[in-house]
Amino acid sequence: MNAEETPAGETPAGERRALFLERGSYRRRRLMDAARILPVAGAILLILPLLWHSGGAESGPGPATDAIYVFAVWVLLIAGAAILSRYLTVPRAEPPRAREP
Amino acid sequence: MPFNLLLAIALVYVAALFLIAFLADRRAQRGQGRWLSSPLVYTLSLSVYCTAWTFYGAVGYAARSGLEYLTIYLGPTLVFAGWWLILRKLVRVGRTQRITSIADLISSRYGKSTLLGVMVTLLAVLGTTPYIALQLQSVALSLGVFALPGTTGWVAADPTATGLWVAAGLAAFTILFGTRNLDANERHPGVVMAIAVEAVVKLVALIALGIFVVWGIGGGLSQTLARIDAAAHPGWELAGGRWAGLTFTSAAAILCLPRMFQVMVVENADEAHLAIAGWAFPLYLMLISLFVLPIAAMGLERLPDGANPDLFVLTLPLAEGQGALATLAFLGGFSSATSMVIVAAIALSTMVSNHIVMPLYLARRPAGATMSGDVRAAVLRARRLSIAGVLLLGYLYYRMSGGSEALASIGLISFVGVAQVLPALMGGLFWRGATRTGAAAGLGIGFAVWVYALFLPSFGPEGLISAGVLADGPAGLHWLRPQALFGIVGLDPVIHALVWSMLLNVGVFCVVSLASFPSPLERLQGAQMVNVFERTLGARGWSHGSAEAEDLLTMAQRILGPSEARALFAEEARSQGKADGLPDTTPEFLGRLERELSGSVGAATAHAMVAQITGSAAVQVEDLLRVADEAQQIMEYSSRLEAQSDELRRTAKALRESNAKLTAISAQKDAFLSQISHELRTPMTSIRAFSEILRDHGLTVGERERYAGIVHDEAIRLTRLLDDLLDLSVLENAQVSLNLAEVRLVDLIDRAVDAASAVPGATRVEVRRDRDAEAVSLVTDADRLTQVFINLIGNAYKYCDAASPVLSVEVVADAETIRADVIDNGPGIPPGARDIVFEKFSRLGEPGAAGGAGLGLAICREIAHRLGGRIAYLPEREGGAFRVMLPRGLTRPNDDAAGGGRAVSGAR
Repeated sequence: MNAEETPAGETPAGERRALFLERGSYRRRRLMDAARILPVAGAILLILPLLWHSGGAESGPGPATDAIYVFAVWVLLIAGAAILSRYLTVPRAEPPRAREP
Repeated sequence: MPFNLLLAIALVYVAALFLIAFLADRRAQRGQGRWLSSPLVYTLSLSVYCTAWTFYGAVGYAARSGLEYLTIYLGPTLVFAGWWLILRKLVRVGRTQRITSIADLISSRYGKSTLLGVMVTLLAVLGTTPYIALQLQSVALSLGVFALPGTTGWVAADPTATGLWVAAGLAAFTILFGTRNLDANERHPGVVMAIAVEAVVKLVALIALGIFVVWGIGGGLSQTLARIDAAAHPGWELAGGRWAGLTFTSAAAILCLPRMFQVMVVENADEAHLAIAGWAFPLYLMLISLFVLPIAAMGLERLPDGANPDLFVLTLPLAEGQGALATLAFLGGFSSATSMVIVAAIALSTMVSNHIVMPLYLARRPAGATMSGDVRAAVLRARRLSIAGVLLLGYLYYRMSGGSEALASIGLISFVGVAQVLPALMGGLFWRGATRTGAAAGLGIGFAVWVYALFLPSFGPEGLISAGVLADGPAGLHWLRPQALFGIVGLDPVIHALVWSMLLNVGVFCVVSLASFPSPLERLQGAQMVNVFERTLGARGWSHGSAEAEDLLTMAQRILGPSEARALFAEEARSQGKADGLPDTTPEFLGRLERELSGSVGAATAHAMVAQITGSAAVQVEDLLRVADEAQQIMEYSSRLEAQSDELRRTAKALRESNAKLTAISAQKDAFLSQISHELRTPMTSIRAFSEILRDHGLTVGERERYAGIVHDEAIRLTRLLDDLLDLSVLENAQVSLNLAEVRLVDLIDRAVDAASAVPGATRVEVRRDRDAEAVSLVTDADRLTQVFINLIGNAYKYCDAASPVLSVEVVADAETIRADVIDNGPGIPPGARDIVFEKFSRLGEPGAAGGAGLGLAICREIAHRLGGRIAYLPEREGGAFRVMLPRGLTRPNDDAAGGGRAVSGAR
């Protein structure tokens, strides 16, 4: 996995990994960490409703509240993924695609 | 809503899809239409995940189990939100290795294993067939809903006929757009475009219905929420095991489902699209599932108790009198069903033809370099037959199962089945220690548990597994009850099967992988895939040169098509620096060709086909090492032999040369001996004869004086001859003492010309000299050097027979040496005699003709050597030309005697 942490996502053979990075690269590494943490955090948040109902069938809020909570987490996940993918793909700096008329 | 109108709308819709697919294919072929492969189209094509199960089934699922339907979408959401973790690697591997299907990926990763390819293919077929049946059923059911209110028509009477027609139509579409070309990268722009359009239709349909339900008849958001709470009934509570287990299952399924792999990896045109899809696809899933619960709640409230909740999406708007909305919903459901079937059929047919049909086809043909028949046509035929076969299987399953079960349960069973591929897939991508044996064992046991604990019981108590076995286990083995393995009772059957199959699968996979040892090809492939971001390795062990480019081209033409194959070969030849002709079959080229071919027929088959031609199936690294080792030894040995034989050849040549020289010298010696005898005998004879005459009396004084003179002359001649011989002997034996003094060369040459003028014929020769050039001084033995010039000039006088003989003396001097050339315009020395001209006793022409014994040049050579210089014949000059090279300052006589002539000296 370590090789994935360089900005381009690839390590040229023979290049040694630096121990300390300049600020930009450091930021990028942490973004990649965030991208890895995001699904785990999402999974934990989505398990939470089970705890509300651990007291029995009638305990906890109704299904509507559950649904609102789940969809809220969902929106957060989407927003998080959108922000992360926006920053993670920045250095690719691809030229804008030619549009079809 | 008249049924016939609905049918007409459906047919128009299908025709529109055909047109879209056709136009997209054409644009893509012309290289236009970049928008065909935009992130938007990519994301929409992923919606093939949302089948009729989603469209109709999710509402039914929600009506029965509340929020649990969300698990089916939350799993993929987590996987896509974490695209950086898994999907990025999956897509990269798929693109770099030209993977054509999930079975191809597993087979390729584990050393191009045919066994694993077949296993995954079978699992996929078994898991997908019920799913296809489900789609056919949904279309038949939905049409039935419209036909129900007493409309006449064949559909209501025979839903199975509807299924057959739908299956046939889908087969036609899939064959038409899924196997039009055997593209190396296996993309289907037409199909993808049609699916993207269908994705929009189903999203719009569900959202429109949702808006109608919430704001049209539901009275707004808060009332809808209240309605949902009111609709809650036993069964709606969240069950922890199912919630987590099904989320995991759906997350695994999106990675392992053949159709998802097809759209996600194979049809991916640009890895950057994945980053967009990472949030856009979860958004799509969220929008699709947003109104499911309100629709279910409204359906439960408004529709009669017996109504099938799986059809709420249609029956609710129909009951509310919204014919147009119902039609839109029907089109949405129809889209969901058809897009799933089309992509699944393409994915499955690729797998079946690459991993089952083509290996059998290749195994049945005789091995050999020439491939008779057309493999390309065979592959296409296999694809088409596979598509038809897959749809037929789906239809048969639909007929068999009778369309009775709840839609959702089939979907979950299918998901758990394909999830069995997950350990081998993840292990293959992230763990280099994963081996083929481990993958096969894990997959096998997971597959077996799934079939036994979930798939077979799904046919019901009177289906493929008897009620007795279900209740008491096979042969009374209580702990082997299919739905309570090892005595674990009370788990939900799906979760039960999931837990046991995944536990055993992962466990066996890990243990067997740890215990087994991978083959070299496996290790190579494993390294390539696990380290795909670090580097992309080149060739995969093709030994060089054994394959014939022509045979490979023939084969490639049959698979890739003639023009594509020729373009590929021409490009390779260019990159190898060849202007025309076929490329060399380098390992790099073979590796590249194999990757190209694997795009059409899969990695294992491509490897087998190239191996068939190169005749080097399964090259082991050890073999290569051994071969290299042997080659090394052979090369060393032969180079030693070569060196030896070179030396022998040189020695033999030197021996031959010296032998020839010796023979010549020996002949010379014999000739001289006979000549010297003659030379000595002639004066001796005349001396004896004239002394006898002198001894007699009666001679006049004049006669006596004349005869005594003759005797004297002859004696002098003898003495001179003997002097020469003695001189040479002394010189050769280095007994001479040199009188070194500084002299001027011009003086020596003057003396030599004077002395030589006594030679007969000297007067007629014109001597050309450059006295200025000759005016150089040197330290040498004047008498000896003069002798050299006398001999050279005398020879010129004697042997130059030109009409107007010219002798020129040319002197060139520098700080160190003096070069004096004595050149005449005579015939020179014939090539054959040049080697021996400096040998003793050599004289050209008739013996005695020039009045010498043939010692002159030999003496010259000895003197020049003693004086630190040398003398040489100049063959490149016209006429006889000799060059004397001398040092300007001789400090010490050269003591070692000149080589050659020893044997002759000894014969004296």
